[in-house]
Amino acid sequence: MTNEELIAKLKPIVASYAQDKAALEKIDKDTDFIKDLKINSANLVDVVLDVEEEFDIVIDNTSMEKMLSVGAAMDIIEAKLQEK
Amino acid sequence: MNKDEVLVHLPYSSPFLFVDELLELDEHKVIGTFTFSPSLDFYKGHFKNNPVTPGVILTETMAQIGLVCLGIYLSGSAENGLPGHVMLTSTAIDFLKPVFPGEKVTVQAEKIYFRFKKLNCTVQMTNQAGEVVCKGTIAGMVTNKMNG
Repeated sequence: MTNEELIAKLKPIVASYAQDKAALEKIDKDTDFIKDLKINSANLVDVVLDVEEEFDIVIDNTSMEKMLSVGAAMDIIEAKLQEK
Repeated sequence: MNKDEVLVHLPYSSPFLFVDELLELDEHKVIGTFTFSPSLDFYKGHFKNNPVTPGVILTETMAQIGLVCLGIYLSGSAENGLPGHVMLTSTAIDFLKPVFPGEKVTVQAEKIYFRFKKLNCTVQMTNQAGEVVCKGTIAGMVTNKMNG
């Protein structure tokens, strides 16, 4: 999957929880879920659960703690897809 | 943890404790009761000369019995776990019937998931006639600190 395809799949997931819609429109791999999109910690869990469902992967606690930006999420998704 | 240990860890006291008794408690669900004393202060103003339990208080009661008791139990029963604090993060509740002063209600909550410290539950409150008075979903983060 290319980076563009990954971001295209992530954007609608994130859109349900992002409070800053302007930041959402400019989403790229440097976008921070909490600082830029203003997603709270409870909804960050929902982002991770939705990512698991969308990509049919399981995210462990260690990966979850790193998943704070779009780029970090992309790295984790890529790694988990490779493991399959 | 048993039911009494969970009750001891509740961070509330009168007039904001809305749990009398826990009837059932396991890793999937909790059932508890509360009786709304007619002397509770909010009845004086909700509504003028027509006391009805406010929806926010019904929501709080479901959160305390459902989300908070279950969250304390799950965190305290985990391996090396300590009973945590539960910070309310979202509610979606439908209100179906009024609850009047003096009524005893029963709350049942079932875990949808508890992952990455977030506990998400379905909750339902019934009155003594067995009628559902309100129901919905409540979620919170189970943390080690009182404010997040």
